Amino acid sequence: MPQDTSYTHQKFNVIGTRPKRPDGIDKVTGRAKFGADTSAPGQLVGLILRSPHAHATIRKIDTSKAERLKGVKAVLTSADLPDLTDGDRAMLDILENCMARGRALYDGHAVAAVAAIDAQTAKKALKLIKVDYKVLPHVTDVDEAIKPGAPIIQDWVFTAGVEPKPKRPSNISQRTEFGHGDVEAGFAEADVIVERSYKTEQTHQGYIEPHACLASVRPDGSGELWVTTQGHFTFRNICSSLLGMDVAKLKVTASEIGGGFGGKTHVWMEPVALALSRKANRPVKLVMSRDEVFRATGPTCSTSVDVKIGAKKDGTITAATAELRYQNGAFPNIWGMLGAMTSFACYDLKNVKSIGYDILCNRPKVAAYRAPSAPMAAFGVESTMDLVAAEIGMDPVDFRIKNAAKEGTLASYGPTYGPIGIGPTLEAVKNHPHMRARLGKNQGRGMACGFWFNFGGQTCTDLNIGIDGTVTLTVGTVDVGGSRASLSLIAAEELGIPYDQVITNIADTASLGFNDMTEGSRGTFSSGMAAIFAARNAIEVLRKRAAQMWEIPVEAVVWEKGEAKAMGKKHGNLPQLSLKEIAAKAPNTGGPIAGHSEVVADNAGVSFASHICDVEVDPETGATKVIRYTVIQDAGKAIHPDYVEGQFQGGAVQGIGWALNEEYIYGEDGRLQNAGFLDYRMPVCSDIPFIDTQILEIPNPNHPYGVRGVGETSIVPPLAAIGNAVSNAVGVRLSHVPMSPPRILKALVEASGS
Amino acid sequence: MPSVLVSTTINGDAVEYACPQDETLLDSLRDRVGLTGVKEGCGTGDCGACSITLDGRLVCSCLVLGVEANGREITTVEGLSDGDKLHPLQEKFIEHAALQCGICTPGFLIAAKALLDRNPNPTVEEIRYGLAGNLCRCTGYDKIVRAVQAAAKQMRKK
Ligand code: FES
Ligand code: FES
Repeated sequence: MPQDTSYTHQKFNVIGTRPKRPDGIDKVTGRAKFGADTSAPGQLVGLILRSPHAHATIRKIDTSKAERLKGVKAVLTSADLPDLTDGDRAMLDILENCMARGRALYDGHAVAAVAAIDAQTAKKALKLIKVDYKVLPHVTDVDEAIKPGAPIIQDWVFTAGVEPKPKRPSNISQRTEFGHGDVEAGFAEADVIVERSYKTEQTHQGYIEPHACLASVRPDGSGELWVTTQGHFTFRNICSSLLGMDVAKLKVTASEIGGGFGGKTHVWMEPVALALSRKANRPVKLVMSRDEVFRATGPTCSTSVDVKIGAKKDGTITAATAELRYQNGAFPNIWGMLGAMTSFACYDLKNVKSIGYDILCNRPKVAAYRAPSAPMAAFGVESTMDLVAAEIGMDPVDFRIKNAAKEGTLASYGPTYGPIGIGPTLEAVKNHPHMRARLGKNQGRGMACGFWFNFGGQTCTDLNIGIDGTVTLTVGTVDVGGSRASLSLIAAEELGIPYDQVITNIADTASLGFNDMTEGSRGTFSSGMAAIFAARNAIEVLRKRAAQMWEIPVEAVVWEKGEAKAMGKKHGNLPQLSLKEIAAKAPNTGGPIAGHSEVVADNAGVSFASHICDVEVDPETGATKVIRYTVIQDAGKAIHPDYVEGQFQGGAVQGIGWALNEEYIYGEDGRLQNAGFLDYRMPVCSDIPFIDTQILEIPNPNHPYGVRGVGETSIVPPLAAIGNAVSNAVGVRLSHVPMSPPRILKALVEASGS
Repeated sequence: MPSVLVSTTINGDAVEYACPQDETLLDSLRDRVGLTGVKEGCGTGDCGACSITLDGRLVCSCLVLGVEANGREITTVEGLSDGDKLHPLQEKFIEHAALQCGICTPGFLIAAKALLDRNPNPTVEEIRYGLAGNLCRCTGYDKIVRAVQAAAKQMRKK
């Protein structure tokens, strides 16, 4: 797969090579331990009882029969989880989502839990819990939720961001606005204006590993948690605070993680497992079923978006606006705000305005999903971009190139860009052979662009050099997709030693300082940055030790290619000392050799991608197949190109599933009707072509190697790229995702009828 | 429900376990025999993470009862390598970066082996349909298909 490294002038030894990952053998032999793969002596099985109603008052929960069942060791309701949040509403929301407090807010909301000696007993016990519900009116559609008379989900929510402050509670939790210039004046200058509305349905991250944990709280109030998570340090802080435990007394170990994509950045049932363990005084293993994963964790927003773009005949965009309504589930968040921030980030616009609304519904609490909020905004904007290009008779790629953001552009969400890759990805699209390939009958080609911020965050890393010169790199970001290999490469590069000589480990929360989660594409970016600094600190120590061994001043020692070299006339003839030789003498030269680093890895470096997609639409059934797909993205610098390509490909295929098939379907009763992989159909191997990739490397000036986060942007363009391709294939514009066969067929029938 | 004693052969070794009659083979393998390489992604036969072979046939162990394994032969991911020598599929999966998180990998390896046992020289399409019962959410399948192609090629050379 092509990789364009011509933008960078840095020369690397091992960075950019493709060695085998160190955890590979464990993962192909079944030895790797994921969330559900560990046990503790005397462990109990935990299970959660969930609301069958979309919205209901819980009048009473009678647990007495369940408690009396032989083998049941603890039964838990919200009464066992007192509010210790001290007015912190966001924390109380987390607690309330883990266990309903007087009201069930969505189908699948936890209402009680049990711990019993085995699964059979626990299942029986759940059936013996009697919950007295008073069903309330519900709303699950984002546009319905803001109509007058819609049931209010949270009576303490008053729309933030509007003046004067509203007096009545609302399902709109906040309004946010971004942009600059004068859009009215801009539209007045336009030769062509296109205005259009779009909808996208709710999808799930779809990690194959369900949430799982093993909690063990001791009678002295200390405890341990083994859990599949994207951020064990954050989980520790949240769980200990919700349960009133001391942070240092809760040790959280991250298991291997079977996919997260943002869905494992939130706690869902871990505080419940800990509380059950505390009550039963035994370890408790809690593993979700797939049904629970769908109904009660994860999903991303459903949305409704209006876009308006005006342009001159020469292709200059004169103004652009978007209004974005994002469904947050039952608890307020910032998803609409992120949608508004990302919507026009690809373009250099004089006059731009985007308004985001965050809206509550009786659906599960929305979680981050890979570049959260950006794909839906991009669907609206990039579909409209194609429509405008068609109106003015310009090639859609040229139209985008003409308006692409560049270094110095004032981004629609506020900052001024440094060096960025949107222009180069578009040029690469233009020059790609994919664009010239012939299309057959019922086939069409589309392209679209995408943007994501990326995130740096708090990071803490240790690098220890062993007596034999092998190196242990200890990081606190979990490895969701090969980052151990990338981090070993980085430490090896910096120290000037072979890749095999560095082993990267993920520390538990008792063994390393705080680390933010593996989210925002930060794993390799920020732990990599911390690894570089830790290695540089270790090199300082190595130089000192070499100076000591030679009995010369440290200033006369430099570090080159994994060796200490004495400099200057006086010492230049001393033979070099390798890392191994210095390490072997460590006990006599001052003890263990190590380097540490604590950083806030800011300026993660924004990332852009452009995708090209060919589809074939069956006009009889509306079924659409992606027949060719190309991802072009700026990686800053690809540390391990295999895993960069993997991120590009995985994100694209998640986007393809979202564009064509995946959707949460709620019934009139507010219940989720397709909480399983059979009816919530994710792409399988036979649905998908090879995904071609092209890595561009426009260095991020804020990272020593130029790295940008790469994990998320690839899910941003597919919805629109496929929408544009379908439109080019069959001449109908789809404005509702997923573009499932019935929706396409309906559009075809309507188009032929008119 | 009383437990039943089951005598079976797993990865070449004679194994006995007792399980309740309504327990899935997946749970028996994971919780009673300790073979946690067999994964549960759905419990309903839709993801293939729990793939094993039963008397040489590819099955979802979540759709088989533990008691049904009596007198039969099971292969799980733990039985793929030959001593310290990895199976070519295992090697090629690592070499081609065909796993990101790795939760789907045991199921894919078993399914791919069953495919290559049947058809040592599959086309890309045959690989894609042969593996269509296994979900992977991380890789987009690209590198998985390439790894299976590479392993098939190597296995044909022998
Ligand atoms: S766990 Fe058996 S098919 Fe998913
Ligand atoms: S590698 Fe994560 S599901 Fe396949």
